[in-house]
Amino acid sequence: MSVLHTMSEHIVPLRIYVTIFLALLVGTALTVWAGFRDFPGQLNVIIALTIAVIKATLVVLYFMHVRYSSRLIWVVFTSALFWLVILFALTFSDYWTRCWLPIC
Amino acid sequence: MAEGHIATEHTASHPALQHHFENLEQQREAGTLGMWVFLVTEIMFFGGMFLAYTLYRTQYPQAFASASNHLSWQLGALNTGVLILSSFTMALAVYSAQIGKRRNQIVCLALTILLGLTFLVVKAIEYHEKYVDHLIPGRLFPGNPFNPGKVHLLPGASANNVEMFYWIYFAMTGMHAVHMIIGVGVLSVIMYFAARGRYGPEYHNPVEISGLYWHFVDIIWIFLFPLLYLLGRHLEHGG
Repeated sequence: MSVLHTMSEHIVPLRIYVTIFLALLVGTALTVWAGFRDFPGQLNVIIALTIAVIKATLVVLYFMHVRYSSRLIWVVFTSALFWLVILFALTFSDYWTRCWLPIC
Repeated sequence: MAEGHIATEHTASHPALQHHFENLEQQREAGTLGMWVFLVTEIMFFGGMFLAYTLYRTQYPQAFASASNHLSWQLGALNTGVLILSSFTMALAVYSAQIGKRRNQIVCLALTILLGLTFLVVKAIEYHEKYVDHLIPGRLFPGNPFNPGKVHLLPGASANNVEMFYWIYFAMTGMHAVHMIIGVGVLSVIMYFAARGRYGPEYHNPVEISGLYWHFVDIIWIFLFPLLYLLGRHLEHGG
């Protein structure tokens, strides 16, 4: 009977949780290590953010079960990223272009 | 009812099923969706602060690097580890509920709460260090106004912009800490009901969506740690 209720719920195996946990710890160690090395140009911040995005993606997909969730959850989550891109893009299209005209 | 094989007839008997849902499955989906919509608003809320951070960091990179280097990266890294571990135990709490291990479920929830409190204690130690070093921005504490004397200024860094970094630091970590405190409160309630045996394989949505919130707060910290604590470390030795 209970099969009826739990049928669509995916139970993530324990070994995946452990793997993700270890990957997150490795990511943190990598972040600290890379933070102290002097990479050329803006590479330091790019590396730090890349690792952070990978870590966040792992948490969202596995700890938050989005990988096994319905399409609706995917759409809702992606909408947050979409609006975030608008927030950043429009603001920086202002700040980064102010001095293109001789008014600043 | 004679047609006992219809799904709704079975689930209607479950005490946790609210009358406006067809069955537990629909109720679970609605609860999860509701939490995700809330988390979208939270992403936008923190997004505004990340925007302010990005904007001023690009304008005053030297001052931000100087101010950031004064933070304790060791305590920040420790707290990152603590939060990741708490996310892991939270995931295990949901897992234990799903497979019906009630004792493990309660232990995992207790561990998650303890780790959350550990994070807050470490945060309080950091805040106290900033207070002692006169790095609380503005004049919040009478007789202890902001004074960047303890911060090693890199070339081109102005004291005013160092103060600006600390405004952003306290706003972001402060709002994050408020979310942690709320999370500890929510999980305490969940643990109380878990101890009374409310959650099992059929019904555990409150555990799951509290977990979604907890993981979200963890994700915010995953971004805060490198952006606030590590942004200028590579400049320390070079000068």
